[in-house]
Amino acid sequence: MNRIVRALVHNGLLWGLALVVLTPLAWTVKASFLPAGSAMTIAAPADEAPRDAVGFTLDNYRQLFSRLNLGRYFANSVLVSTAITAISLALNSMAGYAFAKLRFRGRDGLFKCLLAALVVPLQAAMLPLFLMLKQLGVINTYWAVIIPSMATIYGIFLVRQYALSIPDSLLDAARVDGAGEGRIFWTVVLPLLKPVLATLGVFTFLAAWNDFMWPLVVLTGNDAQTLPVALAILSGEHVQDVELMMAGSVVTVLPALFLFAILQRQLIGGIMMGSVKG
Amino acid sequence: MAQTSPQQLAPPRSRAARRGSSRRVLGLAPGWWFTAPALAIVTLFFLVPALASFVLSVTDFDIYALADLRNLRFVGLDNFRRILVGEQSELFWTALGNTCFFVFVGGPLSVAVSLGFALLLEAKLTRYKGALRVVFFAPVVTTLVAVSITWRYLYDVRGGLMNHALESFGIEPVNWLGDPHWAMPAIILMAVWKNFGYNMVILLAGMQSIPDELYEAASLDGAGSWRRFWHVTLPALGPTFAFVGVTTMIGYFQLFAEPYVMTRGGPENSTYSLVLLMYEEGFRWWRLGAASAVAVVLFAITLVAAFGQLALQRRAAA
Repeated sequence: MNRIVRALVHNGLLWGLALVVLTPLAWTVKASFLPAGSAMTIAAPADEAPRDAVGFTLDNYRQLFSRLNLGRYFANSVLVSTAITAISLALNSMAGYAFAKLRFRGRDGLFKCLLAALVVPLQAAMLPLFLMLKQLGVINTYWAVIIPSMATIYGIFLVRQYALSIPDSLLDAARVDGAGEGRIFWTVVLPLLKPVLATLGVFTFLAAWNDFMWPLVVLTGNDAQTLPVALAILSGEHVQDVELMMAGSVVTVLPALFLFAILQRQLIGGIMMGSVKG
Repeated sequence: MAQTSPQQLAPPRSRAARRGSSRRVLGLAPGWWFTAPALAIVTLFFLVPALASFVLSVTDFDIYALADLRNLRFVGLDNFRRILVGEQSELFWTALGNTCFFVFVGGPLSVAVSLGFALLLEAKLTRYKGALRVVFFAPVVTTLVAVSITWRYLYDVRGGLMNHALESFGIEPVNWLGDPHWAMPAIILMAVWKNFGYNMVILLAGMQSIPDELYEAASLDGAGSWRRFWHVTLPALGPTFAFVGVTTMIGYFQLFAEPYVMTRGGPENSTYSLVLLMYEEGFRWWRLGAASAVAVVLFAITLVAAFGQLALQRRAAA
């Protein structure tokens, strides 16, 4: 009996906490469907008569896409994040595999240098990087966001840790059969790397989708801006339009949450794996 | 394959099979060709710029140099003088103080919350562990800018949900983002909400790798749940804590989007962070030399803090 009560209290507490954790997200969704000017009165003091507190409208979303051109920024974000994910998966998986399984002079020293560089904060590189990309003439284009993310130390590291478990005998057998290194990578290694590539893929896409500071720096013009940058700028201009901004937040967050919902096993599993091994 | 070729009879470690080291292209081993593209990107667009910021920090690179490089001059350590003791020093030390407050209060708080949630989830009584884990992790994958905008409204002094909740407990409303004393704690609270799930998952992995025998042995010795936690769980999580501590600290030093979106560094500069200072100096006022000095300081502090924490934890483990 005592045990049942304890189980009830314990699980009740957990679900209560879950509710608290979800409240900000739930509030965002709710406010996004409310008529302009009514979201904040819901939470107003009780003695104040609520104005049009109830109501459901798609007006905020309509405005976002017609007047504020959010569709464009959405497409930009999709394009940039997809490009970063595709390119970096290719480059990181090749390098990670090589660091794990191919012998070449200087390999281990090089890898140690890379690991040490993991502590360098990204911001330390931003100012010179901006000048470099300006020289290349890519500021205000998608490339300014894509280029620096085309390969990452963390991605190389993650693939390498996983690739270490590929048996050498498998690779040697392919070599004995006369397969070239490129073909071995394509036909033998890549299929084996699928799980870690799924993990790294979600990881990379989410990071690119949510990234703010670097896109803010290099996308000053309107045309190539990603969703977070556009949203931050809009939120400065529309502080009073709570419901409109919440609709913008929903549009920005929803794809990330959706991706997480279908690939949560890969994402959470990958983090657990990376941390225990590393 | 129908017939056995002579190659298949060869021992597995034949010369051709020596892990691809023999087939050189243009005199380079395949390993080089596989790593070259990624290494080129990382070197060219991360390592070189990171080092170049040291060079930039001893120049007066500004909007004139941006227009014409001939305007660029070497100024020695003048940028560092300006931010450490000179004209910019007040804002710099304020930003450093705020950032340190965020790191050394917000960081441990967030790890503690992660640990609490991990312990709750890991308890034997817990049902639907997987679903709960997904819920607690959800804020991690949300877009920081978007949730910062949401929290700005949650913190609204009159209509915000936060004060509404306080009021139902009979607590006076707080001017969260408008009061210099409350703005940084408010940002910390949001950051904890946003981030705790990440470390929670890592700590869960650490807990699951603790062998059951350790707990059983402790139970046989008559240890209650509290002592099992203190003498088995915590020590066994040592390496995990080192990892979580260092990564959290490095991440928290980079505070930017929250103040940029929620407060613009205000009120009274109480949420002005180092990275915000770097951004404004560099990309708003185009004083890239001075901004690089801030970046170098940030770099140095991050290094010292990371190694300091690792050393501390190593000593504690010994």
